[in-house]
Amino acid sequence: MTYLAKPKLHHPALPKNKLGFTRRDYEGAVSTLCAGCGHDSISAAIIQACFELALPPHRIAKLSGIGCSSKTPTYFLGVSHGFNSVHGRMPSVLTGANLANRDLIYLGVSGDGDSASIGLGQFAHVLRRGVNMVYIVENNGVYGLTKGQFSATSDKGSKSKRGVQNMDAPIDMIGMALQLGATFVARSFSGDKAQLVPLVMAALHHHGAAFIDVISPCVAFNNHVGSTKSFDYVREHNDAVNRLDVIEGRAEITADYAPGTVESVVQHDGSVLRLRKIHADYDPHDRISAMAFLQERQAAGEIVTGLLYVDPEAHDLHDHVETVEKPLNELGEAELIPGNEALQKLNASLR
Amino acid sequence: MPQPIASTNDFVVKFANVNGSGSASANLLFAKSILRMGVPVATRNIFPSNIQGLPTWYEVRVSAAGHLGRRGGVDLMVAMNPQTWAQDIASIDPGGYLFYDSTKPMPPSKFRDDITVIGMPLTEICNKAYADPRQRQLFKNIIYIGALAALLGIDAAAIEQLIGEQYKGKEKLFGPNRDALHMGHDYATQRLKPISLKVARADAVGDRVFIDGNSAAALGAVYGGATVAAWYPITPSTSMAEAFQRYCRRYRVDPATRKNRYAIIQGEDELASVGIVIGAAWNGARAFTCTSGPGLSLMQEFLGLAYFAEIPAVLFDVQRAGPSTGMPTRTQQADILAAAYASHGDTKHVLLFPEDPYECFELGALAFDLADRLQTPVFVMLDLDIGMNEWLTKPFQWDDGHRLDRGKVMTAADLDAGKEFGRYLDVDGDGIPYRTYPGTHPSKGAYFTRGTSRDRYARYTEEGAAYVDNMQRLLRKFETAKKLVPAAVRTPAKQPAKAGVIYFGSTAAAMRESLAALEGQGIHLDALRLRGFPFGTEVIEFIAAHEQVFVVEQNRDAQLRTLLMTEGGIDPAKLVPVLHYDGTPITGRFITGAISSLLRAVKPLREVAS
Repeated sequence: MTYLAKPKLHHPALPKNKLGFTRRDYEGAVSTLCAGCGHDSISAAIIQACFELALPPHRIAKLSGIGCSSKTPTYFLGVSHGFNSVHGRMPSVLTGANLANRDLIYLGVSGDGDSASIGLGQFAHVLRRGVNMVYIVENNGVYGLTKGQFSATSDKGSKSKRGVQNMDAPIDMIGMALQLGATFVARSFSGDKAQLVPLVMAALHHHGAAFIDVISPCVAFNNHVGSTKSFDYVREHNDAVNRLDVIEGRAEITADYAPGTVESVVQHDGSVLRLRKIHADYDPHDRISAMAFLQERQAAGEIVTGLLYVDPEAHDLHDHVETVEKPLNELGEAELIPGNEALQKLNASLR
Repeated sequence: MPQPIASTNDFVVKFANVNGSGSASANLLFAKSILRMGVPVATRNIFPSNIQGLPTWYEVRVSAAGHLGRRGGVDLMVAMNPQTWAQDIASIDPGGYLFYDSTKPMPPSKFRDDITVIGMPLTEICNKAYADPRQRQLFKNIIYIGALAALLGIDAAAIEQLIGEQYKGKEKLFGPNRDALHMGHDYATQRLKPISLKVARADAVGDRVFIDGNSAAALGAVYGGATVAAWYPITPSTSMAEAFQRYCRRYRVDPATRKNRYAIIQGEDELASVGIVIGAAWNGARAFTCTSGPGLSLMQEFLGLAYFAEIPAVLFDVQRAGPSTGMPTRTQQADILAAAYASHGDTKHVLLFPEDPYECFELGALAFDLADRLQTPVFVMLDLDIGMNEWLTKPFQWDDGHRLDRGKVMTAADLDAGKEFGRYLDVDGDGIPYRTYPGTHPSKGAYFTRGTSRDRYARYTEEGAAYVDNMQRLLRKFETAKKLVPAAVRTPAKQPAKAGVIYFGSTAAAMRESLAALEGQGIHLDALRLRGFPFGTEVIEFIAAHEQVFVVEQNRDAQLRTLLMTEGGIDPAKLVPVLHYDGTPITGRFITGAISSLLRAVKPLREVAS
């Protein structure tokens, strides 16, 4: 980390988005993570995605659990409210926040320790409820903040920095997310910004539970030979199924692509996801084949990345519990309190 | 044989049934018919952790004097469960009555000679009248209610009216139930000997209502403006969540869109439930969870976060007997310390102690105002006895002029007007800072909420001085809470008294009865019913004004007494514990016996000392 404060002034020619904000307006405090940490690249991708989508920063709520990844919300979206909750429990806090005000955008940031071990239950249930959010796991296969213990996503046979081999089977968060009904599932790599930024943008536009597993190497404890989550290993085994562009509103596709290589997906809010196919046969609308494909490639030691599954017409928790359009936290006495007359009627029925 | 017990409007009927046999609604009908005759009843379900097959009992205390606590003892046993026959027969007071199904002959050794035995061939009657086994079972219950009505002089028309209300618009169900009722009534009138227990019309019920505390608390949550509820099923709190759902369907659906002005989530566990509540409350909605002891244990870590991050969460703890799974269907007041000091580190929480369903409603609604005002978790401490039993209680009232107190919330207009915002800044000395809801203002008022130490402007810090500053402010806030929680209610003795008694929650009804009984023995006690924690000055002053104070509670370890000692700096010798913790609701008889024998034991010592 650096100890120098960020300068407040910035170059007058910095590009501005539709709202007149520069990229700097989406930044947060200076990161206290290790120099070169993959998590900082993810923070940068979140900043870039929010800037490009011209989201009003204060309308985003960022929530996290405990761990290195969960520290990162301090380092982006400095004018957004944030909540660093307890270990493994971000999903429930986010669910409650979302219920209180359906109009904000919810960004949950967690790690593999936070979500795949102590928080595995909450991870599962927040997805099956279809909470409208972007849930990012910054997955480095290691407990960084407590200095290098294996996490539950460490691959079997993967070696720790001290040379100990992990003998436990890994938890595959993507496989779980697909099985549990997440309606937007993607995997990316912190070292591939070109892939990650559009995925975050598309997820922010998704109406429903969007989950992104981002392999994010830990430079301090899990970036050595023998690790399956090192920069080198991920680069060598990254098997992208598609590349994604995100277009706001219904825009025509003007670029020239070979037939059958591009698919346009229109999401609920009108945003268009333009998918350039890399694996010609990969269908990101078929949950079951996606699961089979991922299992097969994983067994071959490959790390499948890209937009793996999307249901453009997904429903969220508010749809399920049929709440009113107005945020619950804005309802007043007239809408909430039945009054004394109703109470007297009730009394009469209790005699 | 002793003289058969003769009493009008003052006796206990106990029904021994098999769980899942449909007896509950018939027994409730019996209780309500007595209420309709203007005679107060106190009813208690004694049920197992089971759906079908295990024994269950229902006690109806008929009390013209209006005693709502459990009395103890049985005057009339309605023994419908062969499994518990021996213990049921044994539990009848000498001179009492046994009503049983005499279809199958029983040897005289199965009975007692100091009770009046009333046999009625219920199975035989049902088998003759009904072909369907389920009908035989269900109508048997109604038939015995009809017979009891005849024996006790309960107006059959009152029962018929109740059945009519129950099956309003369902003539197919009403007719057969009415017929079964008369079948029983006619049989008893013609064939059974009259008994000396009688219900006589009175005017002692007034405008009171009959409802369980969990439903009343749920109603309190509706009137308290709760919009988010998250819960995990656990006896004895489950029926509160279900009641909230029921009331929300009635009162909280937008008439135009049919959409809901509430969200109820059945969490995957109690951790998630309280997490959802904390997230919703952080984001400006009023939210609650309802649970019992094991759930409260699971919520500990989150409660520390809510305390330290200053989140207005509301928890309803319907207490049962612990530790561990304990006796899940038996009552206790045993979570007092676990709630008061929930979580690790230095924490203290606000507690409210409702005495009956009326206060479950009143304090249940108040909890949301208090939580928002104090920005801290607030616990409403019910127990199984109040929560799951129907009580005769004051009719609910609501002041339509009441505005929800959302506490110190800074708005976009405040921020634009240049008001200084520091999330943990105590601007007016009451220890309560201002907060902003997420999304309030494009450039001002955002802050980071965390469970780690921070300065007055919510900036992360591990500086000792900033940590102490914050912890001291939280203590100031707790001082403010003393003035906001409902004050203790004092009932002075008829004569100046040297000794006092402190009690709370569901003990209140038994305590009132006991105070009158003690007075009859010449023992005069000033009484103080606690309604909240932290304790106000009136509590400390009450203790100071007496030589000796009995602390009556329903747990083994005298938890409230510990809290009084710790928080009030009270000399332990001054606080004499009176403890009842066998899982049954405390009785007036128990308190009277315990206090009078304690006084007998203590008095000679005192004489020697003086």
